[in-house]
Amino acid sequence: MNTRQAIEIILSRLREDDIALFTTGYISRHAFSIKDRDANFYMIGSMGLLSSVGLGIALNSDKKVFIFDGDGSALMDMGAMAMIASHKAPNIVHIVLDNRSYMSTGGQPTISKNIDFSYVAQACGYKRSLKISSVNQLRKSFPGILSGGGPVFLHLKTRDESPVDAGRVSIGPEALSRRLINKITEE
Amino acid sequence: MKDKTVQYIPAVRENAALGLASGAYLAGKKSCVLMQNSGLGNIINALTSFNLIYGVPVLIFMTWRGFEGRDAPEHIVMGKKMLPLLKELGLPYRVLTDNYKKDIDWALDKMDEFAIPAALILKEGMIA
Repeated sequence: MNTRQAIEIILSRLREDDIALFTTGYISRHAFSIKDRDANFYMIGSMGLLSSVGLGIALNSDKKVFIFDGDGSALMDMGAMAMIASHKAPNIVHIVLDNRSYMSTGGQPTISKNIDFSYVAQACGYKRSLKISSVNQLRKSFPGILSGGGPVFLHLKTRDESPVDAGRVSIGPEALSRRLINKITEE
Repeated sequence: MKDKTVQYIPAVRENAALGLASGAYLAGKKSCVLMQNSGLGNIINALTSFNLIYGVPVLIFMTWRGFEGRDAPEHIVMGKKMLPLLKELGLPYRVLTDNYKKDIDWALDKMDEFAIPAALILKEGMIA
């Protein structure tokens, strides 16, 4: 399973109202080029911050919030996992796409081969924590993942040989914020 | 914190607090962050590559440790550099006075006008 396939599978299973937040780099670029939607939000900067922003949204909205993190961004602000679990946000699905590398800066290795994120999530107190490493497993985990409360953590072991051609997000950051606010606060 | 209309959410570090408060804003709520000024160092990246470019205003209350150089050694540098840093970042800021309601209104106006965070500085004795 590569990063793009994993994002594609999950995106295709989201409801129109589900909020999907994508971290910095290729994860945002893949999502934008696979299927842009009004409930998508791309974090082009501030690597690591997305999971905290996602918690802030989830605690103040009834919508389901999918946070697409990478191994690099999850490691950068691992304290955010402790916060998500501590605040018991039932509407969060926190996904870590773990390809063990900083893909958008040239594929340098991260330290994630030594880290079992699903155990970290479990130890922090996520309601459910799954480790998934194949496309079939990921497909089978739906729709179960979406029922039965949260926060849910998905550690997706992915493999990316080389950067795939995925264009940059062409919507400006302020427009992305406005679009998300409108989507969350619409009646 | 006893005010039931205000939700208090503990954060593990200052940039995470700013992220949380920003998420609340994106969900249509007003939010603020309370922190010591040492945390200004921790939030600069969040400010420059998130809040300031995404137009996400959050009110930041920041204590002034190291005021006039009278504090423990770890607070002296930030005590001296805090205002120049805020100025350089282009954040509206003001030192909170006894007329704090007016100061808060001023900060909220700036946030509305520019869609960026504003900082209110608290000197010793203003909060427990």
